[in-house]
Amino acid sequence: MLEIKNLHAEVEGKKILKGLNLSIQPGEVHAIMGPNGSGKSTLAQVLAGRNEYDVTEGEVIYNGLDLLEMEPESRARSGVFLAFQYPVEIPGVNSTYFLKAAFNEVRKHRGEPELDALDFLSLVKEKMKVLELPQSLLNRPVNEGFSGGEKKRNEIFQMAVLEPKLAILDETDSGLDIDALRLVAEGVNKLKRPDNSQLIITHYQRLLDYIVPDFVHVLYDGKIIKTGGKLLALDLEERGYDWLLEDYRAQCLNGHPSLAGAK
Amino acid sequence: MSCRTSTADPVPRADAAFLAAYEQLEQRDAMAPSWLVALRRAGNAHFGELGFPTTEDEEWRFTNVAPIAALPTHSAVKRDVGFDELERFTFGQMPVHRLVFVDGCFSSKLSSPDLGNEALEIYSLKIAMLSGVDWVRKHLGKYARTDENAFVALNTSMLEDGAAIRIKSKQRITLPIHLLFVSTSDQAGATSHPRVLILAERGCDAHILESYESLTEGSTLTNAVTEIAMEEESRLEHCRLQQESTKSYHVGTVQAHQSRSSNLVTHSISMGAKIARVNINPVLNAEGCECVMNGLYVVDGDQLVDHHTAIHHAKPRCNSHEFYHGILDGKAQGVFNGKIFVRPEAQKTDAKQTNRNLLLSDEASIQTKPQLEIFADDVKCTHGATVGQLQEEAVFYLRARGIGKEAARRMLVHAFASDIINRISIEPVRAELDQIMFDLFEREPGE
Ligand SMILES: Nc1ncnc2c1ncn2[C@@H]1O[C@H](COP(=O)(O)OP(=O)(O)OP(=O)(O)O)[C@@H](O)[C@H]1O
Ligand SMILES: [Mg+2]
Repeated sequence: MLEIKNLHAEVEGKKILKGLNLSIQPGEVHAIMGPNGSGKSTLAQVLAGRNEYDVTEGEVIYNGLDLLEMEPESRARSGVFLAFQYPVEIPGVNSTYFLKAAFNEVRKHRGEPELDALDFLSLVKEKMKVLELPQSLLNRPVNEGFSGGEKKRNEIFQMAVLEPKLAILDETDSGLDIDALRLVAEGVNKLKRPDNSQLIITHYQRLLDYIVPDFVHVLYDGKIIKTGGKLLALDLEERGYDWLLEDYRAQCLNGHPSLAGAK
Repeated sequence: MSCRTSTADPVPRADAAFLAAYEQLEQRDAMAPSWLVALRRAGNAHFGELGFPTTEDEEWRFTNVAPIAALPTHSAVKRDVGFDELERFTFGQMPVHRLVFVDGCFSSKLSSPDLGNEALEIYSLKIAMLSGVDWVRKHLGKYARTDENAFVALNTSMLEDGAAIRIKSKQRITLPIHLLFVSTSDQAGATSHPRVLILAERGCDAHILESYESLTEGSTLTNAVTEIAMEEESRLEHCRLQQESTKSYHVGTVQAHQSRSSNLVTHSISMGAKIARVNINPVLNAEGCECVMNGLYVVDGDQLVDHHTAIHHAKPRCNSHEFYHGILDGKAQGVFNGKIFVRPEAQKTDAKQTNRNLLLSDEASIQTKPQLEIFADDVKCTHGATVGQLQEEAVFYLRARGIGKEAARRMLVHAFASDIINRISIEPVRAELDQIMFDLFEREPGE
């Protein structure tokens, strides 16, 4: 599904990703954790195609395609979806109109016929129920005036409509209350299929109680310094990152920083 | 061809043609009642004193009206306009109370039959003036001052026709009243000075549309003045649409006077004309007034559009909210000047002003300036102006969902316009204007 090799990225001359490796197979759920500022969102944005980030080294192969060569819209059309950590408000663009345009672009790409307004609306209503989003949101401009939690749920709602192959969720759980967290997790789980994958960025074990990851990675200083199973998240919840970072620094001193790299 | 070299002739004033037009009107219109003659005469005197403004004048720094002053002003030659020619105009087929003006003159043939009813008086201003309708006589010329603005003075000196509308006390008029001003001439200097008087009586509620259109491409001049008098607790939505030909010149002034707890919403949408200048001046003259001013200007090529708004907070506890958006392409120039005056007495004023501009080309430009003059201490006044390109973060968000780069940009420019259009409360008006914006910005080339 996704093969990231030795990825280096920087913004405004500042090196953020420093040789990141990660491999995701179809049907897998991967979680990425790591301290603030370690580069998690940067990774997500680079995968989605944000051009502020310069990739200086490495490659990303997505279903046989050279992902880094693709425009953001081509990536989205071929099934890459990023649920943003901070979804942007877009005054004046109606939510339904926007989503229908996006949806039909994806359909076109897949060689499927576009849906007309009526069919699209019934599809959308069904998906909204799952996330218990008020329908009135559909008549409002994209994210404008949405509460923090509504914005996050709206991202997952869009994901439910667009049915991506690779979904990247950047801290979708932060800012959600307990009930919303459960709804979002259920929504994400419903979308899980043997042929699609999920990359979940989070700070909290809580979300991973609902969305059980196959692998948990720790990102630190632009690299993955530890990979484990779902129990690693529990460990981190209990012990924090310090013990890992100490291990990592010790390895660096010994000149083997890559020992703890991705699988 | 003869060539005189006499040096004795004084240099004629640049506005001599305009002064001459007044002389002609005074001679031609023998029927005018004496109060009207006096009103025109005062207008002419002030125009004579003021003359056309120059760019030395702070109020006109960025808008050079020399091309207007140089026009060979004259009334357009009468032309017969058919219904079918009106249909293509915005709001042209909408169910409304419609008054149509051809080159400034009321056309009963093209207007709705049976204008007015027990809730509403609607006249052509000419008829109202000649028949001496008392409220017209009482209010006309009382708000739009001729001693400050040369174009208002000029309009007043040439006062001949337009609309007079009275919404009677406590009446709710659901059907919009539409004033459609059509310029038909392709002759340089064909001029009209339409005048509108709106009296919103106590507790009434109405929606008024003014639209300015051209049938041909000519260097015509429209110099319009609208006076709005609002009694206590009245509510009025006023939507002004200017889409005259890009060869024409357009100057418009809306002068509103608000009484206690009245609520005025104005929209000014300016897309046409080579040079367009719109002044909107509400005076919040009693407690508890609200005033919302929305505006959208969309220009391209070598167009110039200038909005000068001035809100006078004269009494305590009034709110004003102003939102203007500009979209400028080509070599177009924009001017926005937003004045907010808060008099010493006007405590608890809440005034907010926002002007945002989108420059779609490197050569387009905008001069934007808030001008706050606050003489009370317990007030809340905020203002903000932005000039720039599309928000890259928003473009990326749309692209990250599969929408192509160009389509995303078009969608966002359209949205920037919609943001203002959506503030109009009349659904069919909103829909028509939004369609214009969609066609202009979002429709794919060749679609
Ligand atoms: N556009 C940018 N300009 C400058 N610095 C940036 C930019 N984007 C990210 N950075 C910096 O890069 C580093 C990594 O940021 P990133 O957002 O990827 O961290 P993160 O792991 O997602 O953190 P958090 O857990 O707080 O969300 C930070 O130090 C951040 O300040
Ligand atoms: Mg982040």
